[in-house]
Amino acid sequence: MSEVVLELDNVVKRFDDNEVLSGVSLRLHRHEVVCLIGASGSGKSTLLRCANLLETIDSGSISLFNQSLLDDRVDPDLVRRHIAMVFQTFNLFPHLSVLDNVLLGPVHALKRNKAEAREEAREMLSRIGLLERANEFPDRLSGGQQQRVAIARSLVMRPTLLLLDEVTSALDPTLVGEVLDLLRDLAHQGTTMLIATHEMNFARDVAHQIAYLDRGVLLEQGTPDELFTNPRHESTKNFLNRVR
Amino acid sequence: MAVFFLAPGGSSVRYFFFNPRQMWDSFVGNPAKGLSSVGIGLLTNIWMFLLCEVLVLIIGLLIASVRTSQSPVLLPFRLLATGFTDIFRGIPILLVIYMVGFGLPELGIGAISRQSIAVYGCVALTLTYSAYVAEVYRAGLNSVANGQLLAARSLGLTHAATMRRVVLPQAIRTVIPPLLNDFISLQKDTALVSTLGAIEATRAAQIYAATEFNYSGYVVAALLFLALTVPLTRFTDRLIARDRSRRLAGAS
Ligand SMILES: Nc1ncnc2c1ncn2[C@@H]1O[C@H](COP(=O)(O)OP(=O)(O)OP(=O)(O)O)[C@@H](O)[C@H]1O
Ligand SMILES: [Mg+2]
Repeated sequence: MSEVVLELDNVVKRFDDNEVLSGVSLRLHRHEVVCLIGASGSGKSTLLRCANLLETIDSGSISLFNQSLLDDRVDPDLVRRHIAMVFQTFNLFPHLSVLDNVLLGPVHALKRNKAEAREEAREMLSRIGLLERANEFPDRLSGGQQQRVAIARSLVMRPTLLLLDEVTSALDPTLVGEVLDLLRDLAHQGTTMLIATHEMNFARDVAHQIAYLDRGVLLEQGTPDELFTNPRHESTKNFLNRVR
Repeated sequence: MAVFFLAPGGSSVRYFFFNPRQMWDSFVGNPAKGLSSVGIGLLTNIWMFLLCEVLVLIIGLLIASVRTSQSPVLLPFRLLATGFTDIFRGIPILLVIYMVGFGLPELGIGAISRQSIAVYGCVALTLTYSAYVAEVYRAGLNSVANGQLLAARSLGLTHAATMRRVVLPQAIRTVIPPLLNDFISLQKDTALVSTLGAIEATRAAQIYAATEFNYSGYVVAALLFLALTVPLTRFTDRLIARDRSRRLAGAS
């Protein structure tokens, strides 16, 4: 097996008295796509935010390439430049044009040359079919288009790890395929992905591993075949019956 | 207004309040008679509110930044900032003016106690209005959705860059109209500094009235204040209307 990129070990996260993650352990290897499934409220988004150090965890450890990210000497801002995240609600910046949304990370976080970054951003926009909307503001775009811009905004960071939180839930069905292709391309280029999703066909299609989260516990993990055909737990079975 | 002129005694209203000669005299003043010019007095109001507005913008932002910060290290400052806003929003501005204007000179602490009355007035106005404006800023900062912060931070932007590139540009749009409203009040409240004896427009009009037994000077001062505040009011209304129509357009 190839090198471990991200490792979560026994991660516990509470919001006040509400334990949302109860000791989750998960590994992602290089080139691997892991899909995270589970009922609404099971903690998928929280897990992704923890992996991006957007939440402080209560116990356990998180490491990237075998380096603990919870070490005081680690700058979370630097870590996040390697781990990109796409959100359920897009979270595009409404005061910036589509192009400037995509440029913000490369120019103001990576401090890359503006002209070069702009070229690359335009290339990325043309790849998702939205180059002609580059100078418009996000509120002029449909939800699906906004989510594609949000993905482009993450991709121009050239992340080693991409976290996606239900990115297809707002996409027009005709666009899901092209986004999947894009994600597969990225996987081939060495991007590791952790994808929270409610779309089982998508998961079965793109994932190497499926992880099932049940009320903050990672109940089981396996290849799509193992998990979808022969779930070991009653709860997994029930969940899969409900969503299919 | 019409009632004034048509009512019995309308002619004396015209004589005591709207007498063109008296209005002009109060406007230009008469040093020989010890009459200060209302027009020149207004210049004092103008520099006071200009100075206060700049200070208030800076101090208000500092207080709001401290109050919205999350770092545990800043907790004592957060408490201090909260105390400051509570105190100065809660005390009538006239009391603050008295305490600063009559109190500080009494203390006899070097330069602090040897400033001009107008400077004490500015200190008092700045204290009170910084508290108001800090709340305006705070509401603006809180109006930016949390997802915006998450998105910016997940791109690896530092906290400062997130504030500068993402939060502040969005907060400013919500902040400007209420900020301008506070500035309109501030401009008028510079008149309260007259209670300390500063010769600004209101005080000059008062002296004129007491000496000449004619109130046209008050009308002149009122008109001058209107000339300052009405354009700002209209401008604020326009901004609010523009923002509303843009938001409606965005929502459709
Ligand atoms: N910032 C927060 N403060 C308090 N509670 C939170 C916060 N974020 C999430 N929670 C709680 O944590 C639990 C898990 O939420 P989370 O969003 O991670 O679930 P999810 O699996 O992503 O659900 P969905 O499929 O609906 O997106 C929920 O009970 C939620 O109310
Ligand atoms: Mg979620």
